[in-house]
Amino acid sequence: MIRINGLSHHIGAAPILHDIDLTLPRGKLVALIGPNGAGKSTLLRLVARLEPVQQGRIEIDGLDLSTTPTERLALAMAVMGQQTHIASRLRVAELVGFGRWPHHHGRPRPADRAAVRQALAAFDLEPLAHRFLDEVSGGQAQRAHLAMTFAQGTDWLLLDEPLNNLDMAHSRTLMARLADLVRGSGRSVVTVVHEVNYAAAWADHIVAMKDGRIVAEGPPETVLTEPVLSALYDTPIEVSRHDDRPLVLHHHWHDQLGSPFPKAADAPSHLLH
Amino acid sequence: MDRPAATLIAALLALLAASSLVWMFQGIGGGNRGFILQLRGTKLAGLVVVGAAVGIATVLFQTVAANRVLTPSIMGFDALYVLLQTALVATLGVAGFAALPGAAKFLAEVAVMSLLAAMLFGTLLGKGAKDIPRTILTGVILGVLFRSLSTFLARIMDPNAFAVVQSVSFASFGSIDAALLPAAGAIAGLCVAGAMWLAPRLDVLALGREVAVSLGLRFDRLVLVTLGLVGMLVAVSTALVGPVAFFGLLVAGLAHGLAPSARHAVLLPAAGLIGAVILVAGQTLFERLMGQTATLSVVVEFAGGLFFLFLLLRGRVR
Ligand SMILES: Nc1ncnc2c1ncn2[C@@H]1O[C@H](COP(=O)(O)OP(=O)(O)O)[C@@H](O)[C@H]1O
Ligand SMILES: [Mg+2]
Repeated sequence: MIRINGLSHHIGAAPILHDIDLTLPRGKLVALIGPNGAGKSTLLRLVARLEPVQQGRIEIDGLDLSTTPTERLALAMAVMGQQTHIASRLRVAELVGFGRWPHHHGRPRPADRAAVRQALAAFDLEPLAHRFLDEVSGGQAQRAHLAMTFAQGTDWLLLDEPLNNLDMAHSRTLMARLADLVRGSGRSVVTVVHEVNYAAAWADHIVAMKDGRIVAEGPPETVLTEPVLSALYDTPIEVSRHDDRPLVLHHHWHDQLGSPFPKAADAPSHLLH
Repeated sequence: MDRPAATLIAALLALLAASSLVWMFQGIGGGNRGFILQLRGTKLAGLVVVGAAVGIATVLFQTVAANRVLTPSIMGFDALYVLLQTALVATLGVAGFAALPGAAKFLAEVAVMSLLAAMLFGTLLGKGAKDIPRTILTGVILGVLFRSLSTFLARIMDPNAFAVVQSVSFASFGSIDAALLPAAGAIAGLCVAGAMWLAPRLDVLALGREVAVSLGLRFDRLVLVTLGLVGMLVAVSTALVGPVAFFGLLVAGLAHGLAPSARHAVLLPAAGLIGAVILVAGQTLFERLMGQTATLSVVVEFAGGLFFLFLLLRGRVR
């Protein structure tokens, strides 16, 4: 369980997170949703100890973030940030290999090598294993980073927009793999998801953030509703159902919702060009 | 170490051994062999220490800065050392400066350098130098600042003091300060051993702050320790031959280009050996075979400067 108590965060004078209290359940696929700038990445980065906590407390499976050695935390959670650029020239297999570093600190054992092979296989990276990271596509590099996180073999996985750069097929495969990690191996996943339908289809628990606050929390049924989503994204949103799960129709303007722009007929003709 | 890496290190060692032999025994006459060999041996040791120190310091620094164009000298490390020397001469006077026991003074300077380097550049690079152009600019400004401060101090000194300062302010591979060599060699040796011990951690550091922290590396502490090592290595090489601007860039570029992987266990020894080979072979060439018609420091700096321009023009700012 990740417990967050009274967490506030400022950057300069700007408040980013406001007194957040949140408990993330173990053994669930948790999706963090919300508009751009809601503070999702900041919250995840604080939990991942990538930024120092300014005010409040974070605990992960009973380990207090402020008192637990960082080496120990690396065995409890693996993190993939939103930026994944790496300066050194590495091969895909080498990058994935670093996922085992918390276990061997520089002297890999056979078990570590086996875990790397397994991670490469799980993310379809075997044909690319010996390519340099700057010689594969953005989506393939993203998969290599995911495989590294996966190879770390921790109970918790924290991912910030892992579907960035991934095509449909790999997005779905990744979500299925995360769901499988949770249901099959009892691991816990917290992921920021940009496209709410992936949360609708796969998440067990959804946390909705806006303006640095948690505005809704619960199973997809209760969070992915028209009133909650419309208020969350400040725009009318329609929710339908498919396969007994919510299906969010956010990509078009339904006739009954009205257009966001003035009607063409109302605008002076010279503005139409 | 895997096969290609071992081959590279062995080849560099062979090159170093060959150029050292030529350096030691080329054109050695009948008379006074012992004296000549001792003189040459001292110089050889100096060149090896300086080459290795500059090469390894540059690779370490580039790893911390996550950038292949920056070097300690571009960021003003050796200017800082010269300033330190000048300030000492200015406050103690030439007599006082000369009266200081050589090795102890040198050790104190090295310690101060490593502290200053860690503090100053640690704050600058701590977050992984996200804004590279700004970091380069800051370094250049710091370098100019240190140099002008040295010049200012030198102006208000008497001419004797000025001469003492001059001798430490310009690079010369021909006149190595032999008295400092034992202490300098020992410090460089310790720094290299420390860097090799840190090598696996440096590999993780090179992944960038975020990834390194999530893998459980104590990132900020390692940055400070590494910069401290860089400060000491720069102090060693600057004390022995004076400041060199672009030599390190050349060596680190070659090391990264030749090494089969980005692992520091290979990169660091490769850079140290490449630096030593260039200096020993180059000095042999210029001092013996070309009879001092050109100066190694000028040529090496020229080649390094060209390489710097090449990197900038290629847009390889990372
Ligand atoms: N370095 C920074 N300086 C100032 N404001 C920042 C900085 N980084 C993020 N912010 C602000 O913090 C807020 C939350 O950002 P973030 O956590 O990245 O949002 P999200 O991931 O939900 O899109 C945003 O309003 C953003 O503008
Ligand atoms: Mg974000």
